[in-house]
Amino acid sequence: MNWGNALIQGILLGGLYAIFATGLSLAFGVMRFVNLAHGDLAILAGYLTLSTATTAGVSHSVAIILVVVIMALIGFLGQRILFNRTIGPDPLSGILCSFGLGVVIQNVLLERYSATDRFLDAGKIETDSFQLNDSISVGIFPLLTFAFAVLLLGVLQIFLSRTRLGRAFRATADDPRTAQLMGINDKQIYGLAMAIAFATVGVAGYFLGARETFAPSSGPSQLLFGFEAVVIGGLGSLWGTLVGGIVLGVSQTLGNQLSVGLNLLVGHIVFLLVLTFRPKGLFGTGVRS
Amino acid sequence: MSTFQLVRTSRVSRIGTTAVGLLFLGLAFYPLYGNDRTQVTLVEVLTYLSLAMMWNLLAGYAGLVSVGQQGFVGIAAYSLFVFAELNPIDPFLSIPLAALVCAAISVPVALLVFRLKGGYFAIGTWVVAEVFRLLTLEINPLGAGSVQSLTTKNAFSGYSVEIRRDLIFFAAWVLAIGSVAVTIGVLRSRLGLALQAVRDNAEGARGLGVSLTRVRMTIWMLVAGWTGATGALIHINSATVTNRDAFSVASWTALVVFIVIIGGVGSTIGPFIGVGIYWVITEQLQKQTTWRFITLGSIAAVMAVVAPKGVAGIIQRWRKIEIFPIERRLKVNEQAD
Repeated sequence: MNWGNALIQGILLGGLYAIFATGLSLAFGVMRFVNLAHGDLAILAGYLTLSTATTAGVSHSVAIILVVVIMALIGFLGQRILFNRTIGPDPLSGILCSFGLGVVIQNVLLERYSATDRFLDAGKIETDSFQLNDSISVGIFPLLTFAFAVLLLGVLQIFLSRTRLGRAFRATADDPRTAQLMGINDKQIYGLAMAIAFATVGVAGYFLGARETFAPSSGPSQLLFGFEAVVIGGLGSLWGTLVGGIVLGVSQTLGNQLSVGLNLLVGHIVFLLVLTFRPKGLFGTGVRS
Repeated sequence: MSTFQLVRTSRVSRIGTTAVGLLFLGLAFYPLYGNDRTQVTLVEVLTYLSLAMMWNLLAGYAGLVSVGQQGFVGIAAYSLFVFAELNPIDPFLSIPLAALVCAAISVPVALLVFRLKGGYFAIGTWVVAEVFRLLTLEINPLGAGSVQSLTTKNAFSGYSVEIRRDLIFFAAWVLAIGSVAVTIGVLRSRLGLALQAVRDNAEGARGLGVSLTRVRMTIWMLVAGWTGATGALIHINSATVTNRDAFSVASWTALVVFIVIIGGVGSTIGPFIGVGIYWVITEQLQKQTTWRFITLGSIAAVMAVVAPKGVAGIIQRWRKIEIFPIERRLKVNEQAD
């Protein structure tokens, strides 16, 4: 490892954090909902992928497609049945409900799959890489993760700005009452937004599981990384989350380059520095509380 | 002509406060008449009551929904280790010292996390707790992550096992009753009045000169200190300091949050009810900790949505009962002249 290599790996790692951040950012943008179980859902998707692959006798990369659909469905129903009832001026009940669910998910996974480290197998591309020069080699899989993050944000951007449904999302986010008067069913919009958020976090779980081993307790740290990417990038800025993810990823890999094991601490400290000196984030417009 | 009088107590609150007082009075002498096993359980229950009272004051009254309180428990655990094991300070005297350390550290923490709102504030406190955990891993004298023990040679020199056990019980009792007294004291003071004003009408309160930030900062420091004191006692009791356990979000925040949600957030009696339910469920499930989390977590997640004020709220809906004298009623005395 050298500094140049660490920088490249950090940028690519940022793609993964951006995927985590997208769902968090969308749920907050549309319905001011902060899902504290976000990281645990990614880990849940990882385990569901393992089980689906075993049951159906398919590879992990095929199983994740089904799992993403299941996650979207869980998200839609969860929002319609449970979370929609927490939307209001007081965010307390939504925060606490998702916090409780996160702990429940961790312990159910622990009971069902034990605490053993698991990983997903993405096939040959997982270990493939190409040499950029003598000291820098770029893995195909991290590159694919990053490309997916860019694609995801691009599609979401086009969806929100160009389509009829995307307009309904933005209208509901700005003013749910008026949107209702225009014939938009806000409860349905919230359900769809959560379905998208859950689907993206499912994909994040797949990319994470193929990158490193995971266990039932791995969720919270991923929640923290996704959240840090959102805040560093700036609340309300879609492309900001990608930059936020990259800043966090690079801080972590450079931190590890500084001294092995310092990656997490350096990442968190960079986040706290951004919060101190640029509370609105790098691209933040500031958001109504 | 009529005169006005501000009434703080009612018949219910006089009876309620007396009953809770008698309960605590009876508990104070428990080591003299009780059995050892229950005494151990009672220490756990009393420390959780103390943590729950504090989190309730923070989230239920000051609107600061922190999920990073484990940070203060962890700092207190390592403070205790430094004071009592590495230095010749009495372990029980280390409890208030650890509280001061936590209260002091909570000030710069507040300056950072108070910039975040709602759910992002919650995750922000979690990040800060994680930073403290990772920092203690980097400090070699603190063991760099290995298990540290409070030994009979250093920390507990001069204490027999029996004396230590009873002192731990008594300290837990003091922290629990203190947490109740502090909560009632705060709610009856100007601070409590300010909180109520902000809750009823934030704009109006600001117009009358109530500084929400100052009120929140005071409560944040107080809760950090008291949580730290409780954390120090928890580690005197376990006699070991382990990085993961000392900074455990599951043990020191999740369970506490579940207790308060189930009992009733924003109610002084809520934590009592929650701790009672916690005790019953824990006894039923014995050592199955995963099921303890699954059961309490599910109940709390559902209650947060369908009954956000917990069991206390359900009782309140049925009949308005205030166990502690924290309300303010205006009584009008009609006088014929």
